Amino acid sequence: MTTKEIFEKLKNEFNDDVISIFDDGMVSEPFITVSSKNLIDIMLFLRDEKGLMFDYLSCLSGVDYKENFTVIYNLFSIEIHHRLTVKVELPKDNPVIPSVELIWRSADWHERETYDMYGIIFEGHHNLIRILNPYDWEGYPLRKDYKAPEEYHGIKVPY
Amino acid sequence: MAERKEIEIDFGRVETERMRLNVGPQHPSTHGVLRLEVELEGEIVTDVIPHIGYLHRCFEKISENSTFVQVVPYIDRMDYITSMNNELPYVLGIEKLMGIKVSDRIESIRVIISELNRIASHQIAVATFGMDAGAFTPFLFLFRDREMILNVFEKLSGGRLLYNYIRVGGLLQDAYPSFKNDVLDIIRKVRETNVEIMNLLIDNKIFIERTINVGTLPADVAINFGCSGPMLRGSGVKYDLRKVEPYSIYDKFDFEVSVGDGKIGTVGDSYNRNIVRMYEMEESCKIIEQALKFMPDASEDVHATFPKKIAPKGEIYTKAENPKGELGFYIIADGKNKPYRVKGRSPSFVNLSVLPYISKGYMIADLIIILGSVDIVLGEIDR
Amino acid sequence: MGLLDRLDNPYDVGPGILLGTVEDLLNWGRAKSDWYMSFGLACCAIEFMAVNAAHFDFMRFGTIPRPSPRQSDFMIISGTVTLKMAERIKRLYEQMPDPKYVISMGSCSNSGGPYWQNGYHVLKGVDRIIPVDVYVPGCPPRPEAFLEGMVKLQSKISHQAMFRKRQDMSQEDLDAIHNRQVEIERQFQEFQKVQQELKH
Ligand code: SF4
Repeated sequence: MTTKEIFEKLKNEFNDDVISIFDDGMVSEPFITVSSKNLIDIMLFLRDEKGLMFDYLSCLSGVDYKENFTVIYNLFSIEIHHRLTVKVELPKDNPVIPSVELIWRSADWHERETYDMYGIIFEGHHNLIRILNPYDWEGYPLRKDYKAPEEYHGIKVPY
Repeated sequence: MAERKEIEIDFGRVETERMRLNVGPQHPSTHGVLRLEVELEGEIVTDVIPHIGYLHRCFEKISENSTFVQVVPYIDRMDYITSMNNELPYVLGIEKLMGIKVSDRIESIRVIISELNRIASHQIAVATFGMDAGAFTPFLFLFRDREMILNVFEKLSGGRLLYNYIRVGGLLQDAYPSFKNDVLDIIRKVRETNVEIMNLLIDNKIFIERTINVGTLPADVAINFGCSGPMLRGSGVKYDLRKVEPYSIYDKFDFEVSVGDGKIGTVGDSYNRNIVRMYEMEESCKIIEQALKFMPDASEDVHATFPKKIAPKGEIYTKAENPKGELGFYIIADGKNKPYRVKGRSPSFVNLSVLPYISKGYMIADLIIILGSVDIVLGEIDR
Repeated sequence: MGLLDRLDNPYDVGPGILLGTVEDLLNWGRAKSDWYMSFGLACCAIEFMAVNAAHFDFMRFGTIPRPSPRQSDFMIISGTVTLKMAERIKRLYEQMPDPKYVISMGSCSNSGGPYWQNGYHVLKGVDRIIPVDVYVPGCPPRPEAFLEGMVKLQSKISHQAMFRKRQDMSQEDLDAIHNRQVEIERQFQEFQKVQQELKH
């Protein structure tokens, strides 16, 4: 199914929660933007609905745009072999989003990583702690305004 | 001679205590700097908590601060055993964004070297898996053969391990004249050794006893956990990106997607995950043979399609089948010469997250076997 | 000069006899059987595995991998040291018995390598936390380069002074040694006196 058809289907089901579709028909990946309010239901629908069957979460990434944080879900269906990109935009001052860990368990570590790098809180995650950086690390390294620390446990960090 | 006597010992009720054990981060069989916090009940593993990040080298931050071309060497260093395969999805993604088409010769060289690298990676995987099970000789045999592949890569690119060979819009340099013969030599040798390894290791009674029915991963769980590569195929799911979403020129070749068949053991156990790698080496040999036939003979200028300026615009999720599984990059380019964001979706990262699930209830010695069968590379997990 | 080097220029004492110092003998033994701690960090560790395997045969240097720091003579830092790992490496180094040596393999552990600029989580050179004896440059170093580093380490070990030489000592030290000898002599005589008395 193309992204356009999926968008139509979602729009019928969830009206306002599905915000927009980007598809310029060029090389760039088409994606659907949804709101974070009803995310769990939308994702469950995407996973379980006949004809969609997105049973495989390929990738989950966070992005720090100027205006907002964005979480990107790359879905794939092993059964039907089609793909979809879903984006959720979050405000910068309070980046909270429901966790999809219980829908796709591969989201577990991806969400921890996104939390580690951007400080995005995944509500409902069973163990939201840092994963790559040390547990007592300060700051969120992939934010655009991040400054590397001068010292860590008495070791000089910059070259 | 003293007579043998039956001794009866009454053990009574053996009390065991829960114990937490740290394996790593410098343990020789964690294949790198991985720390496993293991909870034991006697000798039974009741819980495993992997702690990663001991090799976190800030790939994503660095890539935001370097140009599109400069990112490639860092991608090499992600999964340092399979550098050629790593470069491929990234370069293909950028080429797709910029609408570059490369010639058949370049494409076939790319396919050949990435299949060669797949063989090299599987050789390491089988060798270290054998070592985990206590067999040292296959390690020496397989590393001897891997040296041949490295020699070809060295002739092509100048590096033994990290190549920076596949460039956006072409290659570093064209294949040298005796390339075909060298590759054919390698295939012959790999096939010979694989027969040997089959006899020596895979069909060995001790090895079979050690690995069958250990760490069984059912197919639906594997999909839900997002596993890929031999890990998923070992569970019997026919999912291979080279077939499902053919990239480069893989759609021109005829090969099988090998899956764990459960002839020995159950589908999805450590033995089946390992045997998939053996089958895949053979399939790679087949692909290489076809690609060698497909490759145009006349040497050409592999720099001809190099773009003058690399400043694409757009977003793309580009993926390819690595020896370890699906390697994907989410690239956001905003028209500047540096990427706005590169997210690496590394197969080992996702495959490792299933370890707590599959190792519960087994013995502590089996934990090492299970970890070996997952075939992780820490550089890729931590990036 | 190592012990075997003397064979080229032996003292004229007859066949089969070698004259040297105790120090030479001990160092010769130490240099030719170094046990290393087997652990790998990153890409360089793969090259190190290649060094270990059949083609380059690291064991001909008399090196044997030991999984425990307590039994090893030297440590190979093969790869990128991150801040999370740095404290562990320091602890491992401290757990090794003296005398101990460190080979830093690859640009990363020499100086941070490709990650020197934006690597907020990478230690820029392992010599910030532990002393390093031999640096092997390269990213990754070729196996031959690593073997050269090993030869360098062996020659360093075989030239090390274990005992202090008399001519290098200050007058105070010599006096101290003299006083100590006098003291031991006095104690011994007292001890003998007591023994004599006990006999009677
Ligand atoms: S020096 Fe190069 S090869 Fe060695 S660990 Fe660092 S990046 Fe990897």
